[in-house]
Amino acid sequence: MSDTRFTGTDKYVATEDLMMAVNAAVTLGRPLLIKGEPGTGKTMLAEEVAAALGRDFIQWHIKSTTKAQQGLYEYDAVARLRDSQLGNDRVHDIGNYIVKGKLWEAFDSEQQPVLLIDEIDKADIEFPNDLLLELDRMEFFVYETQTTVKAKHRPIIIITSNNEKELPDAFLRRCFFHYIQFPDRETMTSIVDVHFPTLKKELLSAALESFFDLREVPGLKKKPSTSELLDWIKLLVAEDIPPEALNSDDPSKLIPPLHGALLKNEQDVHLFEKLVFMNRRNAR
Amino acid sequence: MLVDFFFRLRTHQVPVSITELLTLLGAMEAGVCDFSVDDFYFLSRSALVKDERHYDRFDQAFSSWYEGQQNAFEAVVGEIPEEWLRKQAELLLTDEEKAQIESLGGFEKLMETLKERLKNQEKRHQGGNKMIGTAGRSPFGAYGYNPEGVRIGQDESRHRRAVKVWDKREYRNLDDTREIGTRNMKVALRRLRKFAREGAADQLDLDSTISSTARNAGYLDIKMVAEKRNAIKVLLFLDVGGSMDDHVRVCEELFSAARTEFKYLEYYYFHNFLYERVWKNNRRRHTERISTAEVLRTYGKDYRVIFVGDATMSPYEITYPGGSVEHMNEEPGAVWMSRLLEVFPHCVWLNPRAQTTWHYTPSIEITTQIMQDRMFPLTIEGLDAAMRQLLHSKA
Repeated sequence: MSDTRFTGTDKYVATEDLMMAVNAAVTLGRPLLIKGEPGTGKTMLAEEVAAALGRDFIQWHIKSTTKAQQGLYEYDAVARLRDSQLGNDRVHDIGNYIVKGKLWEAFDSEQQPVLLIDEIDKADIEFPNDLLLELDRMEFFVYETQTTVKAKHRPIIIITSNNEKELPDAFLRRCFFHYIQFPDRETMTSIVDVHFPTLKKELLSAALESFFDLREVPGLKKKPSTSELLDWIKLLVAEDIPPEALNSDDPSKLIPPLHGALLKNEQDVHLFEKLVFMNRRNAR
Repeated sequence: MLVDFFFRLRTHQVPVSITELLTLLGAMEAGVCDFSVDDFYFLSRSALVKDERHYDRFDQAFSSWYEGQQNAFEAVVGEIPEEWLRKQAELLLTDEEKAQIESLGGFEKLMETLKERLKNQEKRHQGGNKMIGTAGRSPFGAYGYNPEGVRIGQDESRHRRAVKVWDKREYRNLDDTREIGTRNMKVALRRLRKFAREGAADQLDLDSTISSTARNAGYLDIKMVAEKRNAIKVLLFLDVGGSMDDHVRVCEELFSAARTEFKYLEYYYFHNFLYERVWKNNRRRHTERISTAEVLRTYGKDYRVIFVGDATMSPYEITYPGGSVEHMNEEPGAVWMSRLLEVFPHCVWLNPRAQTTWHYTPSIEITTQIMQDRMFPLTIEGLDAAMRQLLHSKA
């Protein structure tokens, strides 16, 4: 193998199966579809792959109104209409009104870039279908100028999805797929290590314990994820909370300090407080 | 050999296609993975499986296929002379361990016992729950030259861990929906999709504005178009237990297949009739209950509510406090139902029982009354009518 193997970076801990998926996608020039709970580092993966391989990074963020065509190019008809009304000479070359999209940008790049198509499930259900040919052949046709745009180097395409909608089969067949499993305690420790190298061991283990306990609470609307844990630890460090405060058995302090970083929803906070209250009553 | 694997996946209902198999072969040819089972497992999973719900099925298929491969391997390995094994063992063992072997009767004795145990074992050792290869329980595992490690000639701790990955089946709970096969379902689905797609013309249609402006000699002529979006939010209440289970499964499949079309789709389960508590996880229905009042508070009145149930029970279960067959309910189900109807004006009840038999069952009549005649049979027509009712009933 060449030197283009991705093995994680000093800021990103990649599990073995994730590395394999990335390397397979890079080698074969196929898109890589990444799914997983929100906050497990899907978007960050693409940035880190670009950084690790030393490639340009292009991000195409998808919204509910995004159309596939916008990623290729847009024909600014209104500008042309205006120019024609004003008698501008530019109007004769239709190429002046073609605005390049992110995919075109990636195809045009002199060096193989990393293109992130972020949150593809936010778009209309037809969106992935509209990109089938473009992702397969890495080329597309511009009707207005009657030219074909072909990728100079097949870009490394990383697509993320939050599972809000299911993606069409035809689209899936063209991708490699990886589901980022929620990290186990061991991986989580190394992730935290990477972000807070100077963190005290006791604080870390106490924080992880509270964190995994919290994830066990049934019925939470949004379970706290990796990024929330990192935020929380940042706060704990900033506030200089001693580790004893986290795992105290004192029933009156069962709610972990600064829990707002972990629970993002007032119903969850209520539920949690209720459970804590019941616990306390049982303890009596 | 991978063809065999491919078909094994298909028998385990992992939807793989030839394109994906070719991708996998291409990746192997390009040298993405070396000769480790671990890497092959990860690579094939990433190339062949496109949905985390199928991970569990893939793991099972992989496990069974891998076991078969190992047996084939065995036939070859059986002929490896004992000398080789001994050499290998000597390389791997520390002096201390060699001393331990001596204390167990020497290497020959150990090999004999090993052979005997291999014979006694009905199935191949794998993963760690069988006699040989179990760390710590059998002398063979403990000394670190478990036959797997010697044979394949790779770092064995790596190997054992990989076996665990797919035998652990940690994706089991992701496999919660099944695919719909019958033609009937497809038609129903199309109706549901149509239901989700309607909207008001509130977006500028640039293309037709331009062409009509051009035709209009340059004077602006604005055209509007309905925005394509999935704006419908659905709350699904499913009756579980007893005779309803089959119907509920069908409904779940139907709605989860149509899930892409809805902005939100939430499920709740109940038994026979709506009371003060519902639940989301059927396996833990007695521990993880959610109060109905909370459901009523949580979702806005723009949610469309669909009940699925046969509504067949004793009338007391609806109209009297304490009528529930499962628990002591302080307020009658009818009260909870009318509370729900107040919050969610868009509400229908789908009944899988044939419509002709409805009037023989008093509880269905009562429910129909409470639902203000919005009960529909679970047929294509009924579904169609129900969806139309949901769309057009006034809030």
